[in-house]
Amino acid sequence: MAHDSAHLDLPPVSFDTAPERYHHWKLSVAGAVATLTLQVDRDAPLRPGYDLKMNSYDLGVDIELADAIRRLRFEQPQVRCVVVTGGVPKMFCAGANIKMLAGSAHGFKVNFCKFTNETRCEIEDATAHSGQRYIAALNGTAAGGGYELAEACAEIYLIDDGFSAVSLPEVPLLGVLPGTGGLTRLVDKRKVRRDVADVFCTKAEGFRLRDALKMRLVDGGWPKSKWDQAIADRSQAIVAANGAQQPELGIALPAVARTQVREGELETLAWPHVALRIHHDKRWCELTLRGPSEPAPQTAEILHAQGAAAWSLQAFRELDAALLDLRFNYPKIGLILLKTVGAPDAVLAHDAAITRLRAEGAWLAREIQLHQSRVLRRLDNMSRSMFALVEPGSCFAGTLLEIVWCADRAYMLDDPDGANAIALGHVHAGTHAAHNGMTRLQIRLYGDPEGLAKLQEMHGTLDAPTAEKLGLVTRAPDDIDWEDEVRLAIEERVSFSPDALTGMEQNLRFAGPENCDTKLFGRLTAWQNWIFQRPNAVGERGALPMYGNPQAPVFDWNRT
Amino acid sequence: MAGIDYESKIPNNVNLSDDRRLQRALEHWQPSYLKWWQEMGPDGMQEKDIYLRTAISADKDGWAHFDYVKMPDYRWGIFLSERDPERKINFGDHLGQPAWQEVPGEFRNTLRRIIVTQGDTEPASVEQQRQLWKTAPSLYDMRNVCQVNVEEGRHLWAMVYLLHSYFGAEGRDEAEELLARRSGDPDKPRILDAFNQPCDDWLSFYCFTMFADRDGKFQLHSLSESGFDPLSRTCKFMLTEEAHHMFVGDTGLERVLRRSAQLTLLDPSGDARAQGGIDLETVQKFINFWFSYCLDLFGSEISSNAADFFAAGLKGRFMEEKNYTEHTALGQEKRVTLWKDGKFVDESVALRNAMNEVLRDDYIDDCVNAVRRWSKAVKDEGVDFEVTLPSRRFHRHQGIYAGAFFNPAGEPISQAEFEAQAAQWLPTDADKAYLRGIMHGVYEPGKVANWIAPPRRGINGQEFTYEYVKL
Repeated sequence: MAHDSAHLDLPPVSFDTAPERYHHWKLSVAGAVATLTLQVDRDAPLRPGYDLKMNSYDLGVDIELADAIRRLRFEQPQVRCVVVTGGVPKMFCAGANIKMLAGSAHGFKVNFCKFTNETRCEIEDATAHSGQRYIAALNGTAAGGGYELAEACAEIYLIDDGFSAVSLPEVPLLGVLPGTGGLTRLVDKRKVRRDVADVFCTKAEGFRLRDALKMRLVDGGWPKSKWDQAIADRSQAIVAANGAQQPELGIALPAVARTQVREGELETLAWPHVALRIHHDKRWCELTLRGPSEPAPQTAEILHAQGAAAWSLQAFRELDAALLDLRFNYPKIGLILLKTVGAPDAVLAHDAAITRLRAEGAWLAREIQLHQSRVLRRLDNMSRSMFALVEPGSCFAGTLLEIVWCADRAYMLDDPDGANAIALGHVHAGTHAAHNGMTRLQIRLYGDPEGLAKLQEMHGTLDAPTAEKLGLVTRAPDDIDWEDEVRLAIEERVSFSPDALTGMEQNLRFAGPENCDTKLFGRLTAWQNWIFQRPNAVGERGALPMYGNPQAPVFDWNRT
Repeated sequence: MAGIDYESKIPNNVNLSDDRRLQRALEHWQPSYLKWWQEMGPDGMQEKDIYLRTAISADKDGWAHFDYVKMPDYRWGIFLSERDPERKINFGDHLGQPAWQEVPGEFRNTLRRIIVTQGDTEPASVEQQRQLWKTAPSLYDMRNVCQVNVEEGRHLWAMVYLLHSYFGAEGRDEAEELLARRSGDPDKPRILDAFNQPCDDWLSFYCFTMFADRDGKFQLHSLSESGFDPLSRTCKFMLTEEAHHMFVGDTGLERVLRRSAQLTLLDPSGDARAQGGIDLETVQKFINFWFSYCLDLFGSEISSNAADFFAAGLKGRFMEEKNYTEHTALGQEKRVTLWKDGKFVDESVALRNAMNEVLRDDYIDDCVNAVRRWSKAVKDEGVDFEVTLPSRRFHRHQGIYAGAFFNPAGEPISQAEFEAQAAQWLPTDADKAYLRGIMHGVYEPGKVANWIAPPRRGINGQEFTYEYVKL
């Protein structure tokens, strides 16, 4: 069984959903408290071949979770506390479905884990920046991914019923890692002592409240008779501390629809502001983002009236959709050529308006910028080569210029009349941090602090030779060399081993110190992906396929 | 093997006096146990002299001693069946290796879970039954519920012995938790659902000892096959005690049914209730309820845990050595009828994964035999009534049939149909209220309540008229 839809006649993975269509989550909002209840429909897996038993999850469950988190920010901005809890007796969540993992192709597993990791980072992002504090109300056992979901919340409470426990049984039971942040958040976020964490991660059944509290695995707990009231009290306390000043009116997030046309080897996916031209035979694609054509919204009222149609939000929602499409539905496309079309001034004007409105306290402006940051981080995390092509008519300015710095290389045409330009904005100073907490400019000029200092003072347009000199693009060929140089770069790139490229790119993209997020996407994920390839995990008698089967796994005892 | 040390604080045949660590742990636990017993044992019965049997040896014959005892003075102790030094693991992946005398590290957590789950049922039933003696239909029955309770208490000791001896600090913690949980308590319920159901009338008690203790029999049998020798030996001895509990349930139900048949005949319109008895249909409803809840105790029909337990040599089949010639259970399958998308689908399941269902099959066969005897008893009284067991699909809360609706014959029906007929199949509140209304304690030696027939014989060769409890 393989889940790469390119290899099978399976429908593409769709990320479009809405609360009224959820199979697995119930989202309810009462004033400033939202409750997300996990009640997995075991008979509604994303792909055939497994039952979602014991409140276990697959990508479909997580797509709904990601949707709910995003909607809460935009549609329910008055919410200050989000309670994540379970809707089936005794089991909050048993983690990722093992049969699904065992039956999935490697690439699907990797992308599944990456998406779930990003979703958990979004929970932390909402807690940190949107004033929506997530608390895990574990009214049953939280095992594996179930506990990892809890770890993404700011507070964890476990019911004291004599059997509900928290556990990370991946190592002892499955021969893999708790790879959705489980290990990293234990020691880096919750600051569980490393040897205590070692004990926790090797005890399959985990620990109940008393011990879990001692080990800092949870923050509190109550017996069943006090549970509902205690969780309600805690969420009200959070609301009070988090200052629900005035009822905020949210905006609706309608689906981002696209068209899809295939002509021979060329397939085009088109959204209003984003176009993805996929050259199947060449294994690369052009991803073109269109700059704004409307004037920038100058007041909070206008911005709110535009809602999801505001360019700064709509374009990035479309970009997000295109990236997820590429990840899950076009695994063979190894290189993304990043392009823009539009007026740089218009982009800067929209950036400026959003930034000003955010400073003036407009929640929607804040959420739009936070969303842009998350989509840019999703771009950083693409396991594809990315070249930015800066050509006349493009609008790599401000927030869109960040895209150039997400790319592994940037080519900028040094055109004869000097019209081709990029434009620096104010957003490079810290609006859009990468996963490691640094700006992309800081990462880019990690070895050139003086150049960085100088650049941070600069605004406005830069022509190709200047951009190249300042280190903002990789190459600036003139019009005689351009075509050939770009063609050769593309052809060379798509000829290399895709595995080596992914590894190389992920190691080069994030210069600078590590933090919890980079460890999660770098260290934890890399080890997990290695283990996912090893016979001890996935071989014929490996731990994953043997799980739930009558025979015990057989290990190769050599340490590597 | 070591003889019984009956002189020390804790009677035992495991050389407790030589093991100071274990002795200290158990002596530390003993006061907590006695406190629990005072709180949760038969309510208000602690000072009464009761004609009880006490285990005094682990020999096949003559292990029991009968005398009047106040329950808190009962000599709860540690008794294991004799050790066979040549014993081998007789199933699973370790087939043929010497049986383990210590817990293998890789199975420690799994074994602890098995022992805790089994151990949790023992105090649970004492808690469920603590008010029952007050409404006992005779002193004989009053004595029996107390006997069952002190032995369930001893079974708890047996499990705690294993936890203390072989599972270190975690084992000691679990032993304390066994005393902290309470049957039916919403905050600290017992682990298994059937042990959180109220058991506050005698019909339920007979059903419980018939069906739930019989589950215990099959669980203990499969654990007595265990490659972990101390568990095996502990369970073997527990089985000798468990037999009496099932006898109480089996004969209790038979006595109720016989009396119900007699009263049905006695009444001009054939209404046993009009004669102050229990109608046969009501008895059938209680059988339906308890049998189906007890089927849940065997776990899911398709279970990776069951496969792991068998593979590891921790939990075998019923009479693994005697009834089977092939002991790896590999390359074999069992047909299991699934209920999927509104229809039955026969599926072949790897035998190891179907071990819960294999054990459930044996259990059902055993129950069928009892039901056949009861039906005969009813017919012998002259009433044409067939006692039946409901289908294994009926009224299930665990496993592949949970969540769907079936009638007692096992035919799929809608939820609305189930709810419309539930009162005919399962005890209603009115049925339970009726039973409470007719069940008043009968405290005079030799007398018996109107709704039940006297037993055919007494305890330990005594007459039914014997003063089994000195009130």
